[in-house]
Amino acid sequence: MRILPKHTQRAAIAALGGATLLTLSLLVFIIVFVLEKGLPVLSLRFLFTNPQDMGRAGGIFPTLVGSVVLPLLAVAIATPLGVGTAVYLTEYTRESRLTRVIRFGTDCLAGIPSIIFGLFGFIFFVTTLRMGWSIISGGLTLAFMILPTIIRTTEEAVRAVPRAYREVSYSLGATRWQTVRRVILPNALPGIVTGVMLGVGRSIGETAAVIFTAGSSLRLPSSVFDSTRTMAVHFYILAREGISTENAYGTAAALVIAVLSVNLIAYWLMNRVMARRS
Amino acid sequence: MKLFGEKGVERLLTGIAFSAISALLLIALFIFSEGLPFIMRYGLRGFLFSSEWQPQAGQFGIFPMIVATLWVTLGAIAIGAPLGVAGAVFLTEFMPRPVMRAVKPTIELLAGIPSVVYGFIGVMVLAPLIRSTFGGPGLSLLAASIILGVMILPTVISISIDAIMAVPQSYREGSLALGATTWQTVRMVTVPAARSGIIASIILAMGRAVGETMAVIMVAGNAVKLPGSALDSVRTLTANIALEMGYATGTHRQALFATGVVLFVVVMALNSIAGLAIRQKAGRR
Amino acid sequence: MNPKIDIQGLTVSHDGQPLLRNVDLAVPEHRILGIIGPSGSGKTTFLRTLNRMNDLEPGFHAEGRVLLDGQDIHHPSFDAVALRRRVGMVFALPVALPMSIYDNVVYGPRQSGDRRGRFDEIVERSLKAAFLWDEVKDRLSLSGLRLSGGQQQRLCLARTLALEPDVILLDEPCSGLDPISTAKIEEALTLLKQRYTIILVTNNTKQAARVADETAFFLMGELVETGPTGKLFTVPADKRTNDYITGRFG
Repeated sequence: MRILPKHTQRAAIAALGGATLLTLSLLVFIIVFVLEKGLPVLSLRFLFTNPQDMGRAGGIFPTLVGSVVLPLLAVAIATPLGVGTAVYLTEYTRESRLTRVIRFGTDCLAGIPSIIFGLFGFIFFVTTLRMGWSIISGGLTLAFMILPTIIRTTEEAVRAVPRAYREVSYSLGATRWQTVRRVILPNALPGIVTGVMLGVGRSIGETAAVIFTAGSSLRLPSSVFDSTRTMAVHFYILAREGISTENAYGTAAALVIAVLSVNLIAYWLMNRVMARRS
Repeated sequence: MKLFGEKGVERLLTGIAFSAISALLLIALFIFSEGLPFIMRYGLRGFLFSSEWQPQAGQFGIFPMIVATLWVTLGAIAIGAPLGVAGAVFLTEFMPRPVMRAVKPTIELLAGIPSVVYGFIGVMVLAPLIRSTFGGPGLSLLAASIILGVMILPTVISISIDAIMAVPQSYREGSLALGATTWQTVRMVTVPAARSGIIASIILAMGRAVGETMAVIMVAGNAVKLPGSALDSVRTLTANIALEMGYATGTHRQALFATGVVLFVVVMALNSIAGLAIRQKAGRR
Repeated sequence: MNPKIDIQGLTVSHDGQPLLRNVDLAVPEHRILGIIGPSGSGKTTFLRTLNRMNDLEPGFHAEGRVLLDGQDIHHPSFDAVALRRRVGMVFALPVALPMSIYDNVVYGPRQSGDRRGRFDEIVERSLKAAFLWDEVKDRLSLSGLRLSGGQQQRLCLARTLALEPDVILLDEPCSGLDPISTAKIEEALTLLKQRYTIILVTNNTKQAARVADETAFFLMGELVETGPTGKLFTVPADKRTNDYITGRFG
């Protein structure tokens, strides 16, 4: 008996649709689960008081500070490098062996697992350069990690600036750098900010690269040479060592909200860029 | 205001442009210089193919971790790839475009959920479920595969959607005009045409699964032994590094860096293959 | 009288394909030189050679000499950026930069390090010369993108005038404009030639006939004929010129 195409079509839609539904519900479940368990614990008091007894009681204030300071430092280091690289690739040179090598290197860097970044940061910044477990070691390691993201998004944003703007600027006697500074970078800004926000999001959620470079001190840091603990690391330690499930949920909720809102801003900006382009 | 001048700026930017590649080389240099001497001394064969990992006794065989990583990754792909590709096909070919355009960024947004959160859910929800359904410790190869399978979904879906969207509309129209159903068109025309992009998405996802650390540590159980079944506790290469790095010294630490070398090489190979697949597609068009 | 720009044996190619062949042309000072010819005849390439805009694209190669006030603009010691400040350009499509009208006009002077104190005066003088001042004088902080196409093109002209160049190149500046805007730009050009040397590329032969003092006819990368506009349009020396201006092709 021959099965009618109409029927295979219906079966295929059911199977594919079912798979899609399963995928989406799995992903949504994760967020809902964390928020449902964590939001009752989460409060301003929880965010802004110091932990007691290794986090068994009290809040997460020092880790909140860590999760703000480390990503900011990482972005402060990676943004000039990433934007500079992207501008060089798009405005200062033509496609060549050199640009291909640089792009290949960027792709490779993007693919390195975070535990390798952690190993590297530990042996290079912490040990060889004697920076110790510190905010500066962690920030530099994270900067290496998010550099490819910033390069790629900036490159896309710079390429999206209309060619006519460049022509006009050059025809009015502007130099290359003047054109970049006055016309290209201002117009590419939303795209650049998108890349930076994605980098911040990734830094906030990162654990493996941070725990071996910034350490896990629960004390409030007083300089960049102090060790710090981020929310992600704190959450990991609470959960893994079974210190407090309740506080782990609360920290997880704070972590997820922070990462999702940062990424949401990034996508919102990217959509604005796309909308303006068309 | 003229801090650099035109030439100076150009020189500065040329220098900066090498930052990413320098970072990559620096990372490779330090990981290899810590790990390679150990491999030379201990012997590649003994390191890769011995099952004895007893740092106190000076025995460093990572064969169980290699096997565990392989199985966990294959398991993750077996779960994540069909689901992800099915989702990508359904969203692009059977859903109105606005729906796809709304769902895709949502899925990409979910890629940002920290891996520790996935791991925690694995511990709190999945492991008990496996324990009560199949028996065993719960924290197992199966649990790690499922969690990783879910974690790689956004990667597979997002890149597969891009690949399918890149198939010219005229291909589909040609098939539909010959009386094929949408499903026949998808199976015979669209998916084959997007093949290399879909494969690239799966290989990239493999790279991610091999390199994932925190989620795996939390759900895999971390016992150093060759797994006998999917319900056994296993330890992956990444978990091996992260678990012992905190206290390892001397030869032990070098052995962990050597594990990092193996990981580095495997991930680089996977990413290069994926990159090649994507570039090949771009070149053909 | 010495020509403002003297072009001798100019050949331009792109990736080995010749776009212009052996062009000899003298551009007189304080005149409007009209350049006519069908599309693809090398008019725009010619224009973009004169301020070295072609340098910005890979693959272009120029031979021969282009003398501006007797100096070869392709000589290694000749700075392209300085050249573009002396030889301004208005493009076919009006492109206002995404900034205020005021900032659009002072874009050039700001880059060349002009004194800020002069900017108000430059803006007023340039916009007046481009016949745009009355329409925008009360809203100079408005984004240039908010102006109509005709207004944007006059803004582009004003922006070029703000550089106080010697030469102004116009590449089909009226191709997308309505008749009224076109008339305003043509009126502005006839006044501007007292102070500037103007080269006007146009697809519209009637426009050349109306405003140009001299006219050159390009065909398939060659300069076919050049001469006083009146003469070229009434008694052309070359049959091809006659065919083109009487509308047999193009």
